[in-house]
Amino acid sequence: MVNLGDLSRASARHLLDKDCPPFETAPFVAGPPLRQRRVAIVTTAGLHRRDDNNFNLSDLSYRVIPGDVRLSDLVMTQASVNFDRSGFQQDVNVVFPLDRLREMDGAGEIGRIANFHYAFNGAGQLPTAFEATGREVGRMLKEDGVNAALLVPV
Amino acid sequence: MRENTERLRPPRFLWVPFELGRPFGAPDEREFQARVLRAALALLERQGPPPILDDFPDNAPGDGPADMTGWSCPISFPAPEATDQPALPARILDEISSLTPWQALARERRGRTGLGAAKMGIEDSARFLHALWAAGGSTDNPSPTLSLGQTFRGASEDMKTFYMEAATARPGRVTSRELADWFWGETAAGELLLALHPACLESVDAGVRRVALGQLVPRAQLHRLNKG
Repeated sequence: MVNLGDLSRASARHLLDKDCPPFETAPFVAGPPLRQRRVAIVTTAGLHRRDDNNFNLSDLSYRVIPGDVRLSDLVMTQASVNFDRSGFQQDVNVVFPLDRLREMDGAGEIGRIANFHYAFNGAGQLPTAFEATGREVGRMLKEDGVNAALLVPV
Repeated sequence: MRENTERLRPPRFLWVPFELGRPFGAPDEREFQARVLRAALALLERQGPPPILDDFPDNAPGDGPADMTGWSCPISFPAPEATDQPALPARILDEISSLTPWQALARERRGRTGLGAAKMGIEDSARFLHALWAAGGSTDNPSPTLSLGQTFRGASEDMKTFYMEAATARPGRVTSRELADWFWGETAAGELLLALHPACLESVDAGVRRVALGQLVPRAQLHRLNKG
């Protein structure tokens, strides 16, 4: 995401100083062709349905987004203000490309779309703090038969 | 950023050269978004070895300083430094009134709105924010379900969303920088949010202080706080 040179020096420093501990192992699996995969989106954009609770600062919880959600029902309460929101305000797909995924599904380019997608508030916490909820979401993805998770930062 | 991802070493990663907040490039660019999505999902069919770090080759449509469009808001407001202006709350309510048809048009065209974080109407959000500023960062909380800090956060986000949705109602390309400079530099609402920053840093409410510190003014607009 983003060219370092496009940011102000302060913004670049802020992002470079993030604690990004490397994965201790390198799990890697092959799988079936994409046209046989069940695909879910996991976003850190703090998206949720309008009637769900807003995300708070330092929020480790997640929100469930049904696969058949209407994109008009989604709002964003991500804690950070240091990214552009005007793109999302015009078109949800610039952050959460569910319409594009539905088009690929319709064209037979993917197997199916998952029953549920998931959203986190990717700000205010170190990555390691999300381990418990990350594992919980991983279990639910597995129960949903998902074998392709598209992790989308913002 | 690519630098952070290289440290994390995830199994598969597609780096994209787009602005933060736009991981699929640009709004209303269906074909371009689909290209990015296909490039990301194609990594799943690669056999390794990990980590696979691919670079998306193209910039987003309309990205970069060279693409500034000369955009202007459909409604003109008096310059912030103009004399003989009404008081700030009246100016904000005037702005909201002028922008309401455009925000309604945007809502109709897109079939959605991002408003709703504060769980109250936009005029009530404006009145609450002004009361919070006037009282030095602590005032009655109109929400029965949100904390004062959450209401502050939701109301300020709804103000930004309302203005941005109205400002982008007309078809045509506009950069995020042009929109941000307009909101923070030319509107009474932006003036109020900038004024709330120092006032709420002194609030007795920890939630309000936290919002003022890191969730109110974007880093790229912080320079406006030093203008006096």
